[in-house]
This record gives sequence, C-alpha cells and structure tokens, in this order.
Amino acid sequence: MLEARKLSLWRGANCLFQDLSFEVPPGNALLVRGANGTGKTTLLRVLCGLTRPEDGRVCWNGVNIEKEPEIYRSQLAYWGHLGGLKADLTVLRNLQFICRLNGLDEAAVQPVVTALSLDRCADLPVRHLSAGQKRRAGLAGLLLSTAGLWIMDEPFTNMDDNGKELLRQKLKQHLDRQGIAIVAAHHELDIPGHTLQRLTLGAGQ
Amino acid sequence: MSYRKIFFAVMRRDLQVAIQRWGDLTSPLMFFAIVTVLFPLAMSPEREVLRGIGPGVLWISALLATLLSLNALFRADIEDGSMEQLVIGPHPLALIMLSKTFVHWLITGLPLIILAPILSVSYYLPASGVKILCLTLLLGTPTLSLLGSVGAALTAGLRQTSGLMALLVLPLMLPVLMFGARATDLAADGFDPTGPVYLLAALLVLAISLVPLASAAAIRISLD
Repeated sequence: MLEARKLSLWRGANCLFQDLSFEVPPGNALLVRGANGTGKTTLLRVLCGLTRPEDGRVCWNGVNIEKEPEIYRSQLAYWGHLGGLKADLTVLRNLQFICRLNGLDEAAVQPVVTALSLDRCADLPVRHLSAGQKRRAGLAGLLLSTAGLWIMDEPFTNMDDNGKELLRQKLKQHLDRQGIAIVAAHHELDIPGHTLQRLTLGAGQ
Repeated sequence: MSYRKIFFAVMRRDLQVAIQRWGDLTSPLMFFAIVTVLFPLAMSPEREVLRGIGPGVLWISALLATLLSLNALFRADIEDGSMEQLVIGPHPLALIMLSKTFVHWLITGLPLIILAPILSVSYYLPASGVKILCLTLLLGTPTLSLLGSVGAALTAGLRQTSGLMALLVLPLMLPVLMFGARATDLAADGFDPTGPVYLLAALLVLAISLVPLASAAAIRISLD
C-alpha cells in the first residue's frame, strides 16, 4: 500500500500542494489530474523519492520510504516523460540493459517487443524512432520490471489509438495482479473492472 | 543481484554508447596531443629547456584534457532520463557512479597513457622518466576522473557550468598534478621517485573508496 501523509511542497512563492494525503491499496489506481503547471509531475517525483517534500512523508506498507529506500525502490517503476532510453542505442540494446539491471533473463525482451508491435524498429537506434514509437519503447521498459508500483507521467502522450488501448490493457493486467498504479493524465481514464481514485491538483488550494 | 553484475551491466551500456559517439571522445585526446606538440615548437629547441619543462607540460595537458572531457560526463544521462531511472532503481548508486566513472577513465584516461610515451619523445625524456610518466598517469588519471565526477554530478543540473566545474574540482586535483609531475621529474633526473608515486597510489585508493559516495549524493541533489 502506498500512502501519502500530509505532503506539502512549495516552489518559490507558489504552493503546489499542502497537507495532501491519500492511500492507494493494492489493486487500485490513482489518477492525478490538473491543468499544466499544477504540480502533477512534481507530485510523482515526490512519490518516487526524487524530490523531497517540504513537509509530510510518503509511506510504503506503512514504512517511510526514506527509512528503507532499497525495499521501496525494488518495488517501484517510474515512467517519466523523459523515457530513460539511450538515444544512440537500439531499442533491443536498451531493453536488454533494463533486463540485466532487473535481474531478468534477456529472453524476456522478445515477447514484450512483439506484444508492443516494436519488431520492425527493434534494431533501430532510439533517436530514429517516431515520438509514438519512443513511448512504446518506454512502455516496453516498464513491462520488463517486476515492480508492484507503477508511476506514470502522461503515459498516453503521443500514443495512437491502438497504443492507448494496449496501455489500458496492461494497466488492467497490472491491477488484476494486485499492483498499484499512479497515473498523471490530462484526460479521463477508464479501466474496465476497476474503479479509479481521483485526485485533482490546483483546484482550490 | 551481485555488485559485480550491476557494475558490468552499467559499464557495458556506457561503453556501447561511447562507441556510438566516437567523435566526442577523441577531442580531449586531440587536445592533449596538440598542446604537447606545440610547446617544443614555441619554446627554444634546446635539450635542457625541453627536458626541464617536459614532465610539467605533459602532466598539465593531461589534467586539462581530462577536465575538458568531464563537463559532459552525466549531462546526456540526465537529459534522456536514464540517470533518474538509475537513481530510483534499487541498486547502490555509488557503485553505478563508480562504474560510469571507470568507463570515463577507460575512454579518456587510458588513451592518454598510451599516447604519452610517444609525445614525450619531443621533450628528450630518458627511458626511466617515460616509465615513471606512464606509471604516474596510470595512478593519477583515475583519481582525476573520480574527482571530476563529483564536480560533474554537482553541476549536472545547471545550465552553464564549464567555468564553475573547473573552479570546483581544480583545487582538489592539484596534489595529483604536483606529485605526478614531480615524480616524473625526479625519475628523469635519475633520482628515486618512490615517495610521490606512493602518495599518488594512496590518493587513488582514497578516491576510489570515498568519491563514488560523494558523487552519488551530488547527483541526487542535482536531480531534486
């Protein structure tokens, strides 16, 4: 279970959020909404432990993530808008690296590549991919982790209809496995068979 | 997962990236070669003069070449988001930083050591001096890379950094420069260089054991 307890963060004189608390139990997803510049990405970075909140804390299964960061990080997969792939390396090489780092066998790469229809561009350097293909490659990286908590920043950006549907399916499978997902998005998200918690930033704060 | 596996996984990927960006890597090496070749041309060609300045010039050029290559050490990793993936990953960040710095040394420091004996010909360095020059570079350049990695990690989040980075790490690098050039000088003059060589080795051991922790902490601050 992921908990946020009374999180507060200021950027200069701007209060992004104050006394923000929520709980996301296993098998649930939290949809973070809000206009541009209301702190969605910052909130996700706080949940990842990349940015420290000014006040409050984030707890994983009741333990502050700053106390036992290794346990939390082994359960965490973050898919930010930067993607995290090396532009000079091929999709395949990027994914093989993720596999090695996650302690998985490299044979796990091929099924994921096929499932995301990345076969044709698997041997191309990431810099030659289209924006949508880059997003798919990023998603492939996420699927190669064994993490129980997915934190995604605007995952639907640049995705075509087919990609969006695929992502929705993968999210559903993840929640069915009792995973947790935190998704920041501009638009509505429906996952069949699951009710989403919602959080809107920048409204009346 | 064993530390060795993590170290080699990161090292392998960074080497793959480095091979793709070959052009960026050769420029510090070119700088080193050009500076050391220009000195004898501009100074008087007398044997005594060149023999006297040789160790100093070679060591200063090696230090500046390393400094030149350090600016971009973590820049690309931060811009494409792969650094934040490593930072929030479960593996010890200090180990990953050590691996990245080791790759940096492999592609900038090691070629300098191979090139140095060839370039030292123009300074009339005797064989004993060349041997110690290579040994001190072998002990000194990894220390320079390591010290530089802290500066690079600290300034990685800033926009314009080149001056600041040099200002931060140059004072820390001075002992390496002094012991390195001095040992080479002593050996070329036929004296025993053991003292400064041991000190360089001690600095390297100290840097390997402490610096990765500092650069891991620095990169966390940079990403905040």
